[in-house]
Amino acid sequence: MKNVWTLARRELSGYFATPVAYVFLFFYLVFMGVMPFALGGFYEREQADLVPFFQFHPWLYLFLIPAVSMRLWAEERKSGTVELLMTLPVTLWQMVLGKFLAAWFFTGLALVLTFPMVITVNFLGKPDNGVILASYIGSFLLAGGYLAVGSLFSASTKNQVIAFVLTFVVGLLFVLAGHPFVLDWVTGTVPAAVTDAVRSFSFLTQMNTISGGVIDVRALTYFGSLIVACLIGSGIVLDMKKAA
Amino acid sequence: MIEIKHLTKDFGSLRAVDDVTFNVRRGEVLGFLGPNGAGKSTTMKMLTGFLAPTSGTASIAGHDIENDGMAAKKKLGYLPEGAPAYSDMTPAAFLEFIADIRGLTGDKKKARIAEVVRLVHLEAVLHQSIDTLSKGFKRRVGLAQAILHDPEVLVLDEPTDGLDPNQKHEVRALIRSMAPNKAIVLSTHILEEVEAVCTRAIIIARGKLLFDGTPQELLSRGPLDEVFRNITSTPSRAAVS
Repeated sequence: MKNVWTLARRELSGYFATPVAYVFLFFYLVFMGVMPFALGGFYEREQADLVPFFQFHPWLYLFLIPAVSMRLWAEERKSGTVELLMTLPVTLWQMVLGKFLAAWFFTGLALVLTFPMVITVNFLGKPDNGVILASYIGSFLLAGGYLAVGSLFSASTKNQVIAFVLTFVVGLLFVLAGHPFVLDWVTGTVPAAVTDAVRSFSFLTQMNTISGGVIDVRALTYFGSLIVACLIGSGIVLDMKKAA
Repeated sequence: MIEIKHLTKDFGSLRAVDDVTFNVRRGEVLGFLGPNGAGKSTTMKMLTGFLAPTSGTASIAGHDIENDGMAAKKKLGYLPEGAPAYSDMTPAAFLEFIADIRGLTGDKKKARIAEVVRLVHLEAVLHQSIDTLSKGFKRRVGLAQAILHDPEVLVLDEPTDGLDPNQKHEVRALIRSMAPNKAIVLSTHILEEVEAVCTRAIIIARGKLLFDGTPQELLSRGPLDEVFRNITSTPSRAAVS
């Protein structure tokens, strides 16, 4: 565990030693701040909640999260430091976990910095802060899911652009699986059970459950198993590269 | 301390390392010679556990690098090809990170970092980010990282590449001074380096081990570069002593 912490700290310090962290945080907060007002009808709805804010998270994460995850392994491979890392006395799992946790913590930090939204809505009315907290947890889990997918693709290539694009596309599939656009099309052609399965695999569906204020076991299991599966996948890919 | 047995590595249809076997004892400095693309770095990558061999085994201080990798890696200091380091860190932060991973703490950690900084002369650039350093300084940061935990086994891929003649001289002196207590393997394509620091030399070409003996044995065959050319250009005349 100590090694995981050491690796995570190094990874995190890498974000802040370069403009990466600041550019990311800046645009993250700009998008997160503008969307609810520009497209979400935050004022027009005249409701004291943050639905117009959280509904954009799955879409914004689509391109913001791959920007964080693409460098996880691809950069190490490109600069050759992966050779240094892998010949140090740390296990593959400590590396995979340390890097993932650093990235997750970083996106968590970005999320926490959106707190003025909470202040604003509390100033304007009396929102259900329990729902807001649940939505934040949901958004954090969602970021973890995306990041784990991104870790897998970053481990597969030394090209960050490829890692970004693959993560984006797979993330899009996960989001769209719950979009009416896809569901309407699926509903007509396959049995209802399949439709339900497709829907339950979607980030949107899982986020909607949590945004209702209920963090149920299914959502936790869903994101938990997605993260674990993708991290194991990252480890396997890295181990395969060793034998290549 | 280092045991390599029948080590072989295939990249697709290319056999990069072909049935290489050798041992290195404590107190020995083994010079690993060969033309570019001979398989020197690939052998080192397998010895240090970065690449898995196609067949054969490598062990460090009695620990097999594949099956008992953690124990082996604890005993190992490694300078990879090109001396990679996290370019956004300063040498001070980088060495701190390596020390944490190596399990050094408190006064021991401080003392070891100060010691290696002194040994490879990093004082002037300690708080400057690594990507702004010259090639020679980068190489020395890599060297500092490798010797930080005073390992029993040291594997150095071209430790003097990119250094000026004075720095080369210092690094060679450093290697010689560490030699009695360690088993050291270093690769080079500078033939004089073998004479200057090594107690033993190995020549490989096209993945095959072609010579294993003392630098004196090599020298006794004539001018070093000529001997090297003869050995590496005629695949049939394997001269293993």
